[in-house]
Amino acid sequence: MTTASDPAQKGSAKDVDKFLRLYRQMMAIRMFEEHVNELYTRALMPGLAHLYIGEEAIAVGVCEALRRDDFITSTHRGHGHCLAKGASPELMFAELLGKEAGYCRGKGGSMHIADPATGNLGANAIVGGSVGIATGAAFSAKTLKTGQVAVCFFGEGALGQGVLYECFNMAQLWKLPVIYVCENNMYSEYTHFSETTAGDIPARAAAFGIKAETVDGQDVRAVLAAATVLADRARRGEGPAFLLCNTYRYRGHHVGDINREYYRSKKEEQQWLGENDPIKNYSEWLKAGKHADASALSAIDAELKAEMDSAMKFAIAAPYPSIDQVDQDVYA
Amino acid sequence: MPENGTREITFAEAVREALAEEMRRDSRVFIMGEDVAEAGTPFKVLSGLVEEFGTSRVVDTPISEAGFTGVGVGAAMTGLRPVVDIMFGDFITLTMDQMVNQAAKVHYMSGGKWKVPMVMRTTLGAARRSAAQHSQSLHAWFSHVPGLKVVLPSTPYDAKGLLKTAIRDDSPVVFFEDKMSYKLKGPVPLEEYTIPLGVADIKRVGKDITLVGTSSMVQVALEAAVLLEKKGISAEVVDPRTTWPLDEHTLIESVKKTSRAIVIDEGYGRYGVAAELAATIAEGAFHYLDGPVRRIGAMHVPIPFSPPLEDLTVPTGKTVFDVALKLCGRS
Repeated sequence: MTTASDPAQKGSAKDVDKFLRLYRQMMAIRMFEEHVNELYTRALMPGLAHLYIGEEAIAVGVCEALRRDDFITSTHRGHGHCLAKGASPELMFAELLGKEAGYCRGKGGSMHIADPATGNLGANAIVGGSVGIATGAAFSAKTLKTGQVAVCFFGEGALGQGVLYECFNMAQLWKLPVIYVCENNMYSEYTHFSETTAGDIPARAAAFGIKAETVDGQDVRAVLAAATVLADRARRGEGPAFLLCNTYRYRGHHVGDINREYYRSKKEEQQWLGENDPIKNYSEWLKAGKHADASALSAIDAELKAEMDSAMKFAIAAPYPSIDQVDQDVYA
Repeated sequence: MPENGTREITFAEAVREALAEEMRRDSRVFIMGEDVAEAGTPFKVLSGLVEEFGTSRVVDTPISEAGFTGVGVGAAMTGLRPVVDIMFGDFITLTMDQMVNQAAKVHYMSGGKWKVPMVMRTTLGAARRSAAQHSQSLHAWFSHVPGLKVVLPSTPYDAKGLLKTAIRDDSPVVFFEDKMSYKLKGPVPLEEYTIPLGVADIKRVGKDITLVGTSSMVQVALEAAVLLEKKGISAEVVDPRTTWPLDEHTLIESVKKTSRAIVIDEGYGRYGVAAELAATIAEGAFHYLDGPVRRIGAMHVPIPFSPPLEDLTVPTGKTVFDVALKLCGRS
């Protein structure tokens, strides 16, 4: 596993650009999600949403290792993946509000954001539902020799789905360029993963001969380093990989899951927030390494806040689809 | 159909020809499934294809129907045109999430941005003494789902022309082949042709009663028509060929002419394709009907193994003949 380099080491200008981009991306996701929560509490959003707050380092670290035309599949907790792959907050907010301007013309909503321009094959509201799609995208990439890689993001809850292991088997048999990124945020809805998951998680992938790694999902540099190795390897035709990222879901299963003490303690939540926050820890590293000072980071935060405010306003003001849209695009 | 350049081939040969022609025409088309390559499937429908196209385009998979159907969906979204082979129609149960929640919805959920140009080929039909898990006709399940198209060819000519169209379609299409029809022979032109989805075919013209048959039941309807003719009853046999898109117009117009209708489908009669077609006729030709639209389907039981029991479950020409006689006020 790759670890962070000496924090005191000064990076080149190019490195610093990248360091700040990682910060900006993580903070963008967090702010986006805070705005989503606001939309919910102000009763402006139809339905619910599943926030990615606390897990930002995974989407950002993995997507930084990818090309724009590489594929991803995402989950019900997918806003972070979509943004990290390059989605526009305006069009995402619009989709969350069911507006015509949204990524899916308002027909998909929070759990189904898809965007061919950024290789996003779609977020999926069936747990484990996109494993076949991601593996199939890797099958196409290999067959058509495009050099693309497919990344399948899923939570540890998907470890319970049989189709995952069917796809592991085919991916390894056919040496497909796919990376299965398992985000273990410790809770499948309201149940701790230890109650539902036997044995060692990476061993499940390793049993198929798939290269399996574990990384601290709260450390964006570690995630990026691991993902870079695995993506390069997949691109060279060396086959699939499994990356277990240990993380924590700061909020509830969805925005309405407020009282959580029947399944986890406030103390546990505070511990993760205090000691293991991916953005806070990364900010400290940036400052310690003199890559950025507090005012530079505050300036980024302010820019992002303005961007998210404006994107949210755009979406609130945007029109709903016309009613004749209801039976459009059922068939291609 | 042109008179010149037509020969008799089997249903299985027609399916194979359609696949081979489309694979020659479009390098993105490939086949994946269990025992599709050297084995050519247990029904030998695909024999010879791997020799021509190689194992990269005729791909043997593990016995993982959900997994490889999902791989098909993803491959279809990203530039290939998979033909996914599900050996027995009974096994579609294992693919339901991939077909119903993924393939059928990707285009709509993405606001029309992603497409799934995939064909699932599978089988239906009892009477092979294969018992309850290898004999079902489950095409109603997929016909129920918006986003999927469902094809039920009944002749070699239809099988070839419809499969070529299905492969060229940008939406997911499920193509059900009756196992007992694989050896059925019929005329198929030498020259290339396709048949559009959603266009019914009148297999026999008549004036007294309409027999709507699907897939395996088209031959049953034709047998009944011969028996009825001997009683002086002229039966029209209409084959919808696809349950979705559905050519409602041809069904309704036929019944407006004949005033009587029986729908025969090998799926279960209850809540099934026969029920839907009967309702379509009842709604569209109500004032022309001289009696209730009748449904004949498989008996509402798991398909039994024992031959005398299994034979009771599948409609026959005689069953249809008896129902038709009553409907025509004769006995």
